[in-house]
Amino acid sequence: MNGGPRGVDVDADRTLLSVLRDDLNLTGAKFGCGEGQCAACTVLVNGVATKSCLTKVGAVEGKRIVTIEGLAPEGKLHPVQQAFLDADAMQCGYCIPGMILGAVALLGRNPNPNDAEIVIGMNGHICRCGTYPRVMRAIRALAGNGGRA
Amino acid sequence: MKRRDFFALLGGGIVVLLDDEIYAQETGGPRRGGDAPAVPLEIGAWLHIGETGVVTVYTGKVEVGQNARTSLTQAVVEELHVPPESVEMVMGDTDLTPFDMGTFGSMTTPRMWPQIRRAAAAAREMLLDLAVRKWSVERTTLTIADGRVSAGDRSASFGELAHGEKWTRTIPASVPLAAAADWKVAGKSLPKVNGRAIVTGAHKYSWDLKRPGMLHAKVLYPPQFGAKLISLDASAAEAMPGVKVVHEGDFVAVAAPEVEKAATAVAALKAQWKPVTAAADYRTVFQYFKQTAQDGAAKAKNLTPYTIAYIAHVPLEPRAALAEWEGGKLTVWTGTQRPFGVRSELVQRFGIPEERVRVIVPDTGSGYGGKHNGDAALEAARIAKALGKPVKRNWTREEEMTWAYFRPGGLIEVAGKTAPDGTITEWEFHNYNSGASGLHSPYHIPGKKEQFHWSESPLRQGSYRGLAATANHFVRESYMDELAENVKLDPLAFRLKNAKDQRLCDVIVAAAEKFGWKARQKTAGRGFGIAAGFEKGGYVATCAEVAVDPKTGAVKVLRAVVAFECGAVVNPEHLRNQVEGAIVMGLGGALFEEIQFGEGKIFNNRLAKYRVPRFADVPVIESVLLDRKDLVSAGAGETPIVGIAPAIGNAIFDAIGTRIRRLPLMA
Ligand code: FES
Ligand code: FES
Repeated sequence: MNGGPRGVDVDADRTLLSVLRDDLNLTGAKFGCGEGQCAACTVLVNGVATKSCLTKVGAVEGKRIVTIEGLAPEGKLHPVQQAFLDADAMQCGYCIPGMILGAVALLGRNPNPNDAEIVIGMNGHICRCGTYPRVMRAIRALAGNGGRA
Repeated sequence: MKRRDFFALLGGGIVVLLDDEIYAQETGGPRRGGDAPAVPLEIGAWLHIGETGVVTVYTGKVEVGQNARTSLTQAVVEELHVPPESVEMVMGDTDLTPFDMGTFGSMTTPRMWPQIRRAAAAAREMLLDLAVRKWSVERTTLTIADGRVSAGDRSASFGELAHGEKWTRTIPASVPLAAAADWKVAGKSLPKVNGRAIVTGAHKYSWDLKRPGMLHAKVLYPPQFGAKLISLDASAAEAMPGVKVVHEGDFVAVAAPEVEKAATAVAALKAQWKPVTAAADYRTVFQYFKQTAQDGAAKAKNLTPYTIAYIAHVPLEPRAALAEWEGGKLTVWTGTQRPFGVRSELVQRFGIPEERVRVIVPDTGSGYGGKHNGDAALEAARIAKALGKPVKRNWTREEEMTWAYFRPGGLIEVAGKTAPDGTITEWEFHNYNSGASGLHSPYHIPGKKEQFHWSESPLRQGSYRGLAATANHFVRESYMDELAENVKLDPLAFRLKNAKDQRLCDVIVAAAEKFGWKARQKTAGRGFGIAAGFEKGGYVATCAEVAVDPKTGAVKVLRAVVAFECGAVVNPEHLRNQVEGAIVMGLGGALFEEIQFGEGKIFNNRLAKYRVPRFADVPVIESVLLDRKDLVSAGAGETPIVGIAPAIGNAIFDAIGTRIRRLPLMA
């Protein structure tokens, strides 16, 4: 969990989202729908973008989980976080932690996505404030170097 | 907060109170009740410079994604010559900030922004006064920059100057301000001041807040709107360890230490409800509006009807509230656009004085007009009171899309006549239920007749980004094209022929030029549309290009160009962001958003059934900002939304020759 082992003693049937938020106090993963439609709850499980609202906590035992809080070392920003800031890709910001992790995963599997690939890769994420063009810009700025600035 | 409390709370320093007499005149008097506060009644904002040099501004406005926190910080930076990092903006806390009506109607920029600039300008003058007094120098020798005042080789930080002071000044909201042309920071793009907290996930929304010993609560809602509870068997829920049940009349709730447990417990409640007969469903509602029109329906027979569906706000953060009672005082953290309005709701509900209720609004996961009231706050406070523990009430998506309120549906009937040269000679326009905002045509039509009719709504309805201006603009601008078609005039030429307002003409011309309207090339299945309008102090014109699939009829918007003029531009980058956001949100209402309801239920209260715009729906968006430094800045969060639906509707007609007279267009 975010770079180190972390144990919790909870019912394995609970969702990863609520355990992260309520038991581990990692509230960067957001609840938007609870039905896999918005991706506000995205975290990385073994590097794969995963909707934590649909994931049972028991299913991620022993796996590498990265939440927005653990994306960069304390006090530093990940290049994708910096790219979102540079592109002013946020309004209320509620979707943004999920978007950033989705973008990290996308760039991880395809370091040089074109626009169509970004759209397909990110289409599961809803931003109700409509910052999609800005998010596209942020990801485009990193394309070609795999999320490294 | 009382005057004597300032320095107790804040330590020494200087304070500027902004006396908003303009506001008091408009509303006919003071706006705070309760025991006579020592601060003047009409204070609109206040600003404190502390002994450490931190500048703290207090405003009752809230941040819901419209970027008020940054634009208001900019106002301070501009007048006080401090780095943005040393400005702290305290927003929407009813114990700390002055009364505010609410963050809506695009009023933050025209009303609060100049107020805060004035307060900051007054604080600057006070700092200069202090330097004159302390150093015995001529005022004209002083310079102020980067949070310091200097004269020759002497220099002091704001904190040093404010040290040991307890000085308050009240200034009227009418003092003159620097002209827009002289702005330094304002008018340029300042990055979002809390952007880092957002990208690192550090910012806490209402949904994220916790208190020690807190319980998560769920409310038992009836299966139909308005159904009454006949009987309740709560024994199964009560038997669950850690679960508490609250039952007060028709109000039933459960609470538990874990969210999942609360959800299981509420599902275990056995309730019987008295069924109700619903007045209308989402197909019959338009006739229902006409039948229930309070002042009777329109008499004219030749009217063309258009329909507007109810839609949901779908703020990505559903409503949430955390309530805690301590020593008879209630504190509620909740995402709302009206902190003081929610405080009033709580005061009424619990019959306690205002001072015993504090509402704190963390920067919120958006609202779009949907978070005006305190539903979640009332629920949380009620359950917390009954159980004697802090209670969290986080609404689910289904609850948000059922028990909040909706943008009103509407029936709009319109008729018009045109002289052969394209001059509009007659215009009649009736709006049932959706609202009066943007009802009046901005075109020059002598003798036009426009009326809004109040009707019954089968659903709870309320404010939405742009209010009814979206519906009224959709119908007006669609019908403008119908009239243009009758006289075989180009839609652009037809609009310019009937527009006399220069600001309207300017946006139309600007949008058409950027879009390349005159050079457009028609191909099969492609169409082009234009629409324009005026709302809340801003002028907008939108051009759209669409592709219509000949087999499925599916519409893809390829390109949208928006020309927008809202007076002097405060922050161009954020203005573009707002314009883009309005276009994206407007696409949903234009193309596919529709609340389907009947039998007192919402049928599509989930994102799997209610489609909102996604990456794949977004067209190329280009915005042209007309910066009118000579005009007052108007808010920009709403108006850019009004042109997109009619521009798309007109483009669809251009593509396939079918006039669609309903929102959403693709229903
Ligand atoms: S909250 Fe998990 S997908 Fe929406
Ligand atoms: S920024 Fe508000 S939902 Fe994306």
